[in-house]
This record gives sequence, structure tokens and C-alpha cells, in this order.
Amino acid sequence: MSFSKEFAKGIWKENPVFVLVLGMCPVLAVTTSAVNGLGMGLAATFVLLCSNIVVSLVRSIVPDRVRIPTFIVIIASFVTVVDLVMSGYFRSLHHSLGLFIPLIVVNCIILGRAEAFASKKSIFLSVADAIGMGGGFTLALLILGSIRELFGNGTIFGLPVFGSGFEPVLVMILPPGAFLTLGILTGIFAAVEKR
Amino acid sequence: MKEVLKLLIVLTCVCMIAALCLSFVNDATKEARAYQDRLELLNALNMVLPGHDNEPDKDMLDLMGYTYYLSKSGGNINGVAFITESDKGYSGLIKVIVGVEPDGKIVAIGILEQKETPGLGSKIAQDWFKDQYAQKTLDNAKWAVKKDGGDFDQISGATISPRAVTAAVKQGLEKFATDRASILGGNDVVQ
Repeated sequence: MSFSKEFAKGIWKENPVFVLVLGMCPVLAVTTSAVNGLGMGLAATFVLLCSNIVVSLVRSIVPDRVRIPTFIVIIASFVTVVDLVMSGYFRSLHHSLGLFIPLIVVNCIILGRAEAFASKKSIFLSVADAIGMGGGFTLALLILGSIRELFGNGTIFGLPVFGSGFEPVLVMILPPGAFLTLGILTGIFAAVEKR
Repeated sequence: MKEVLKLLIVLTCVCMIAALCLSFVNDATKEARAYQDRLELLNALNMVLPGHDNEPDKDMLDLMGYTYYLSKSGGNINGVAFITESDKGYSGLIKVIVGVEPDGKIVAIGILEQKETPGLGSKIAQDWFKDQYAQKTLDNAKWAVKKDGGDFDQISGATISPRAVTAAVKQGLEKFATDRASILGGNDVVQ
């Protein structure tokens, strides 16, 4: 019952991107294509899931005064794991996400969930929270990336959608396109939510 | 005092465990990463070198920090590849790999790294742009973009990136010309 509740809130009611507006740096920077958005989302979800589990496990051992440094060490370790594995097995994705992989360490969603949720709740609920929040984040990045790739490049996941006569709207894969798309999507989200 | 000691011990333990786990993952992925590195380099080399029957990433030569990759056919050198770069691009470093025949004529070039504006400067990575460098030597072309009185097409809306590529390739060719004797010395050359 509460597992599904914790899961669902990350996807919709407390969506980290459209509602909490957290982690904007990767959201704006890497969503130039659907693959990049999905890759970044999954990488962040993996880190979030692992760090939530470990933080929840050690929550009674770690003294309050050193909890933040401890969380950061835990998060940074998992980010390094993602970085190494991706570099070894998904090289082209690793290239296109570049610097933003190590930057997951400072993604405020992850430290935020560790501090606000996992350090107080059971492993079971922390897992639900991580999957929900990570899922919401991934979904948002995927939508953003798909829209920008569709209009800015005429493709989705690299597959051409429009005929050859389509002239890409270049601005969509440039930084302004990220702000435009995010603004419009956040607006739509808020409008639907209000109903 | 006791409190501080406890904090100390906990943080030290956390960091030690983290370091232990990371060294394990580092070891476990080392081979895969080295393999990917090699694959990347080999792909780039195969793109710019003439047909060969050796492994050019192993047949290499280090001359004062510059690495030259030799391609051989039947034991004779039929091409040399090197990496050159320019920081005069629009954003960040542009890394270019250049393959030449032993006499210094370009076989092909490839863009290894660039962060130019997508859709504008990034067109330097497209084939039509790279192809105009094929067959060129230091002497048979004017090494500048057309806007500056040279032989190479600039990209409309992005003159800076082609200018940087042209300068990088030219610089690489010049370096190759100086090092040519020591690279080819002692080896049989396909004429």
C-alpha cells in the first residue's frame, strides 16, 4: 500500500523535475536527444537507488554530525561505479554525457532524498522512494530529450520521423530550446495538476 | 573527546569501505575500458590510413611527445597517422587525426573531439567537409579557408571551426615534414 504510494509520488505529485524543479543542470544540459535523456535518467536512478539503500542501512550507525559527509562519500562512490562501468561498456553514451556523469554527485535530488527520506525510513520504503523519484526524473528527461530531438533534429532515438523535406529547428537542441521546452512542459504539468 | 573519536572512526570506516569497493570495481572494469580505448583508436586509424596488414596502434613511434602510427603493407610503410589539435575553435579543443602517405599527401582526416555549436560548427565532422582535405599536401594547397584567401570551404555561419581545423591540419603536416626522415628512417617505404 504505502510502497505504491511512495513510488507514485515521485512520478507525478512530487515529480523532481516538473514539480520540485530539482537537478536542473543535467535536465537542461544533456537532453539534446532521447538517448541522452534516458541514459542520464537511468544513471541517476541507479545512483539514487543504491545510495538510498545504503543510507537507509547505515542510518542508525552514522552519528548525526557526520551524516552529510557520509552521504556524499556513499553517493560519490556509486557515481564513480557508474562512470567506470559506462566507460567500459557504453562508450558512446559515456562520451555524449561526458562531464555530467561525475556531476551526478552534486545532483540535489540524490542528496535530497538521502537526507529527507532514506535517513529516516526503512529500506523497503527507501527503495520505493528511489524508484519513484528516479522514474519521475528519467521520464521527465526522456520526454524533454524526445521533444528536443524530434524538432531539433527530426529524429527520435536516431530514427527519422519526418520526411526529408523537414528543416530542423536548430534552436531546439541548443541551450535556449532546453529552457523553452522545460518551461512549456512545467506549465502543462501545473495546469493538469490544478484541474 | 569521546564523541569526536566516534565521528573520526565512523568517517574513516566509511571512506575505507568506499575505497575498497571502488578499487574492486576499477579492477573489474579495467579490461573493458582498455578494450574500448583501443577500439576507438583503431576505428579512427582505419578511417584515415590506407589499407594495411599490421596493427597500426601497436606499430607506433614516439618522437618527443608526438606519436606517429605507422600503417604497413607487406612490411613496407604505406601510411602514417598522427593526432593534431587546435584551441582556436569556437568552444574548446578540436582534435583531428590525419593520415598521410609517406610523401606527406593526406589520405583522409577524422575529427576525434569537438564541442562546436551543434548544426553549425559541428559540421566539420561531416564527410563533405573532411573530404576536401584528401590528396592535399603542404605545397599543392593554400592552407586557409576561402574567406581568408585559401582553398578550403568554410561553413556558412561558422568560419571559426573550419579555420581551426585547417590550421591544426597544416600544423600537423609541418610537424610531419620535419620529423619525416626520423619516422621513415630505416624502414622500407612504398613509393
